[in-house]
Amino acid sequence: MIRSHFKGVLVEGNKTYAEVTRDIALPTETKPSRWWYAAMTLATLALLAGAWALYETFAYGLGTWGINNTVAWGWDIINFVWWIGIGHAGTAFTIFLLIFRQKWASSINRTAEAMTVFAVLCAALFPLLHMGRPWLAFYILPYPNTRGPLWLNYNSPLFWDVLAISTYLLMSITLWYFGMIPDLATIRDRSKSKFKKTIYGIFAMGWSGSAIQYNRYESLNKILGGLAAPLVISVHSIVALDFAVSVIPGWHTTIFPPYFFVGAIFSGFAMVLTIMIMLRKVLKIKDFVTDKHLEFIARVLQFGSLIIGSSYLMEIFIAWYSGVEYEAFTFLHVRASGNFSSDFWIMVLCNAIMPQFFWFKKFRKSLFWLFIISIMINIGMWFERFVIIVSSLSQDFLPANWATYKPTLVDIGLYVGTFGLFMAGMLMFIRFIPIIAINEVKGISKLGYEENKEKE
Amino acid sequence: MKKYWKSLEEYNGTHFDPGEEDQSGISTFELLSSENNESKTSRRDFLKWCGFSFMSATVLASCESPIKKAIPYLNQPEDITPGMASWYASSFYDGKDFCPILVKVRDGRPIKIEGNKSVMLTHGGTTGRVQASVLSLYDTAGRYHHPFYNGEKTTWEQADRDIAGKLDSARKDIVLLTSTIISPSTQEVINRFKNRYNNFRHVVYDAISYSAIREANLLSFNRREIPFYRFDSAGLIVGFNADFLANWLLPVTYTRQYADSRALRKDKKEMSRHLQFESGMSVTGANADKRFKIKPHEELQILQGTYNILAGNGNGSEPEQAKNLAAEIRKNENKTLIVSGTNDIKVQTLVNAINYMAGSYGNTIDFTNSLNLCQGNDKDLQQLVNDMEAGKISALIVGDANPVYDYPGNGFKNALDKVDLKVSFSSVLNETSELADYILPSPHYLESWDDVAPANGFYGVAQPTIRPLFDTRQMQDSLLKWSDNDLSYKDLIKELWEKQIFTKQNKTGLFTAFWQESLQLGVFTPEIESVNVNISNEALATAGSLQKATVNEGWDLVFYESTALGDGRHANNPWLQELPDPVSKVCWDNFAAISPVDAEVLGVNNGDLIRLFEGVELPVIVQPGQKEKTVSVALGYGRQRSGKVAEGIGVNVFNFVEFKDGYKKYNVSIDQPVKTKAKTDLALTQTHHNMEGRAIVRESVLTAWQNDPASGNELHEFNEAHKATLYPEAKFEGHHWALAVDLNRCIGCSACVIACQAENNVPVIGKREVMRRRIMHWMRIDRYYTGETDNPGVVFQPLMCQHCDNAPCENVCPVAATTHSDEGINQITYNRCVGTKYCINNCPYKVRRFNWFQYSKNKAFDYNMNDDIGRMVLNPDVTVRERGVVEKCSFCVQRIQEVKLKAKLENRKVMDGEIQPACVQACPGKALVFGDLNDPDSEVSKLFKDERNYHVLEEMHLLPSVGYLTKIRNV
Repeated sequence: MIRSHFKGVLVEGNKTYAEVTRDIALPTETKPSRWWYAAMTLATLALLAGAWALYETFAYGLGTWGINNTVAWGWDIINFVWWIGIGHAGTAFTIFLLIFRQKWASSINRTAEAMTVFAVLCAALFPLLHMGRPWLAFYILPYPNTRGPLWLNYNSPLFWDVLAISTYLLMSITLWYFGMIPDLATIRDRSKSKFKKTIYGIFAMGWSGSAIQYNRYESLNKILGGLAAPLVISVHSIVALDFAVSVIPGWHTTIFPPYFFVGAIFSGFAMVLTIMIMLRKVLKIKDFVTDKHLEFIARVLQFGSLIIGSSYLMEIFIAWYSGVEYEAFTFLHVRASGNFSSDFWIMVLCNAIMPQFFWFKKFRKSLFWLFIISIMINIGMWFERFVIIVSSLSQDFLPANWATYKPTLVDIGLYVGTFGLFMAGMLMFIRFIPIIAINEVKGISKLGYEENKEKE
Repeated sequence: MKKYWKSLEEYNGTHFDPGEEDQSGISTFELLSSENNESKTSRRDFLKWCGFSFMSATVLASCESPIKKAIPYLNQPEDITPGMASWYASSFYDGKDFCPILVKVRDGRPIKIEGNKSVMLTHGGTTGRVQASVLSLYDTAGRYHHPFYNGEKTTWEQADRDIAGKLDSARKDIVLLTSTIISPSTQEVINRFKNRYNNFRHVVYDAISYSAIREANLLSFNRREIPFYRFDSAGLIVGFNADFLANWLLPVTYTRQYADSRALRKDKKEMSRHLQFESGMSVTGANADKRFKIKPHEELQILQGTYNILAGNGNGSEPEQAKNLAAEIRKNENKTLIVSGTNDIKVQTLVNAINYMAGSYGNTIDFTNSLNLCQGNDKDLQQLVNDMEAGKISALIVGDANPVYDYPGNGFKNALDKVDLKVSFSSVLNETSELADYILPSPHYLESWDDVAPANGFYGVAQPTIRPLFDTRQMQDSLLKWSDNDLSYKDLIKELWEKQIFTKQNKTGLFTAFWQESLQLGVFTPEIESVNVNISNEALATAGSLQKATVNEGWDLVFYESTALGDGRHANNPWLQELPDPVSKVCWDNFAAISPVDAEVLGVNNGDLIRLFEGVELPVIVQPGQKEKTVSVALGYGRQRSGKVAEGIGVNVFNFVEFKDGYKKYNVSIDQPVKTKAKTDLALTQTHHNMEGRAIVRESVLTAWQNDPASGNELHEFNEAHKATLYPEAKFEGHHWALAVDLNRCIGCSACVIACQAENNVPVIGKREVMRRRIMHWMRIDRYYTGETDNPGVVFQPLMCQHCDNAPCENVCPVAATTHSDEGINQITYNRCVGTKYCINNCPYKVRRFNWFQYSKNKAFDYNMNDDIGRMVLNPDVTVRERGVVEKCSFCVQRIQEVKLKAKLENRKVMDGEIQPACVQACPGKALVFGDLNDPDSEVSKLFKDERNYHVLEEMHLLPSVGYLTKIRNV
């Protein structure tokens, strides 16, 4: 067994395996509490808002949005990039922490992966919606057709997007699903209702927990993990290429792929932190997701913030150093001091400055500050995408074209709708699936205690 | 399986006897399905379901394109080939503007107006209003469909009987009130009418009056005429409040002359110098080499000063501007042209005197071809209103004029009540017709016969190009009928041409041949004797002894014609309403232009409403170059009855025009405007006016250019020298289409914008959508200010798709909907476009347009594309784009294709200049040149090799196919 360098315990309470199973399976076996219904109502309302916005968009066209002939991408693409970023954490959690042998991730990665799946689903909506003629969206797929030489444009980053996102979504779902097979079997076995037994039984795929099954399960997980690792990097790098490949000042920068990747991990971890703080509170899983876990995430955020901050500086430096007047104008004038300066400085404050408070233990230990800063990072990362997309388009080469951008209710409705989708997904997830990988946690639940025993 | 039944009993299930079934034998359908009687799903069922699924799939799949029937001609008309356009020469005349035109008719419907190239007066140029006039033909809501009596539908017979009776019994005067008539035949009709009714008189007036010019010429030269101005012969052009490039008299002609006088080539190293004195920034002022902003009263001061200096009576107390002007005039003896648009006889007398002293007559001003336009007489109009008020008028017949709307104040409207019989001939809904007893709709000019004589020695014909859409009749036919003449107007025209015009030539001996030829060419220009004039001493003496100008230190309100709407008669044309004003870039509104200094004083900004008079509030536009303490407001807005487009848009300021000394005065002194709390949103198509130091429009001055033709364009050489690319340069084997734009010839009039809109079925989207920066125009005129805000330099830059050889839009489209043709055109396949808008973002020129909504057949966009008649104007050669696709300038690829096919059929090469995209065709200044870069002798190739040529954003190595020639100013 691989030991993490972590000293102390990963699961508090020195639980027996039976206790671990009982504690984690509890939400799937009891009636949901009031807060769950309250949250579900909220999610449904948000979904309804989204449905209205969707209707407006489909029935009347993209004119219902705030975008125009100068700023042709707005909240749609901002939200797309933002959700994709959020959707980064799950796979990154599993893969990278596995590579770095960070065992503490075991109690979080299931939730993080669920988050990934729902976030990527939310994200994937926008490329479809932002099309002028979504009913012809299939044109963007490389399927055999009778149109002769007319084929896709492999030079277009949007096509790379289609491939990257669909691959990533498929991989995330696979990873998530295969990871939970033993736990689904556990619930099947514990369940007394025939209906539940059948359903979980189907999804558990006849898992019996035999050694050979575990052997294969472990190998599959490693293979999938290995396959997913480059995808985590590719998906957001390719999203970054949507911008980097263009000629627009503020988009046309080579730093974008790594910068977007780090930004995505950063925002994803922040979202994990936000969600975990809430789940810990309501699901009584503090024993599994300890204060230490949260502190670790805070440290990752602090490091991510440093990279993000230096990327911001580097962008501005290159804009000046390159001598391209349009780029310098975008960065120094439009963003730092012009029409978009408030958005720019919100972004800097939330992403580059606030997480630096995590240098201090007091902030890493305070649930309140952890929560506030995680929310701020989520907001800050949204503003980062806003600044990148809107400020670059709003004031580009020819001043005669310059135009401002204001979202409409439909834009907001769609964003709220994706929140609804995300929330509803997460709520269903905690209701029906063990939110912590029982089989994995069992492997670390004794860590620390055994050492103590040995010492004694 | 369907239940088949043989009797009602069986159907209701009350009686079913298998024995009976047996007796009748097994039915066919059961036989077919009897292979396995046990099975519920039979082979037959399977086939049926197959068939059903297949059919429903087919039906559903075909939902998207409903069946449209194209019914072929039973008897093919001789001159119509389906799919081929016919062209008819005609004349545009709306009571004010004149333009010789060709009408493109496709399958029996006029769809496009082009300038008549063979006419030397305009060289094929047009204005936006001329281009847009074809749309007014199809304005269902803005035209009368049948005669009305007191608001009720009536018949022509009934109306004829009633009116003839009433005219016969009229004791007092019968008056025909029209705007200027330039048709000799109509004049003949009126003469005949006068012969029939001896208590008849004809009053001519113009909404925008040129009365003072005629009166001043009467005084100076004993000719109540407007001379022919030759801007191309002038070395010094001085304009006082005359927007001669966009509105004044013959803007198309003047623009061409002006552009010619300012063109620079290797063999023409001199250009004219243009000084403009005005209060508000006009299109003409924006083009001036030096623009002086003056208050209205200063005009007279400057002219008096200049006159005194030139006459040798200068005493040194003249205004500085007068001294400079006099000095410049002395330098340009015999080459000066001074024009003034002010309707003030003092001003015009002085202008005549100064022009005379400068030796302009015979050189830049000519009475030989004097104009017949704008004959209106302000005094007659005032007299008429007084007579009406006094009850001296029995019958008032208004012919295609709208005095209720454009008469100063409410005087006309009030006096109208005292007239017994009010008849209005009008092709469009207007305020005057609404108050008339009889509304007798006239056809649109594209449905009418007419002739024109806009200038001495210039005759034109207007012929119908479509059968009248509605139950209309020409005014001339009615007048003929009422004066007991039973020949039609068309016959009268022919008769008159045979008697009066045919005789002016001796080339053709046969009238029918002459008539056919005139119809084909559209014009007839006989040789006429030249006229030389001498100023009367009396006039010179008058000019010297005029009263000093009354100085107004307070605020002035200045009225002007907007470039799009003119005097408002075409206000219901959505194309014109949506055409951004070339200077302010505002559409769908009129506004109060005030200077930046005053804006600060009043504490207002764009869109804030200020009160000019009680109850008259207008949104502010802070206009750089506006004279302090003046407010400029466009006429032509605020229509009450015009059809759905214009009603309620803007404010009508004709009410505030004053009569002074018998002339309409288009500026009035007002109190300082008051800021109100209200604010409104203006539809601006450009909100940033500074080039931010970027080399987008490159300019230089004449002296520098004479020394170095590349002056101002040094960057081009640098960029050419530093070209670097990883990719092989695109090669074009056959043609390589390109467009050159001479910024020295472009005056920003925006005729090209409307021409493009008409040619390419560009939708109108309305004020709200324009405010959201979604205007669909495929080409736009960017306007930048340079220098100080109080009197800036102005540059115009037409911008359309640049058709880059390295187009950034092309490589980002995921579905390859936008691609490069092998002739260098960047093209969009609408069918393939899914609307990701990535190309719009990645276009550095932002010339690509997205169909944000369904703009055709959509109630939310209730313009011409939303009704069957309005859609008749659509060009069948160009797809009407669906919601969700991107569109942009195609270099009018349909025209390129048409000419190429024609050349191929004639087994020859395409000639240079043979292909003219709509913008190139419409341009009155010939600022745009289209052609093949692969042909080294083509005009565009030569222009591309000119030292003045550059490309916008050329440092990005996009290799645009549109080149710009630097703007050179003569300062």
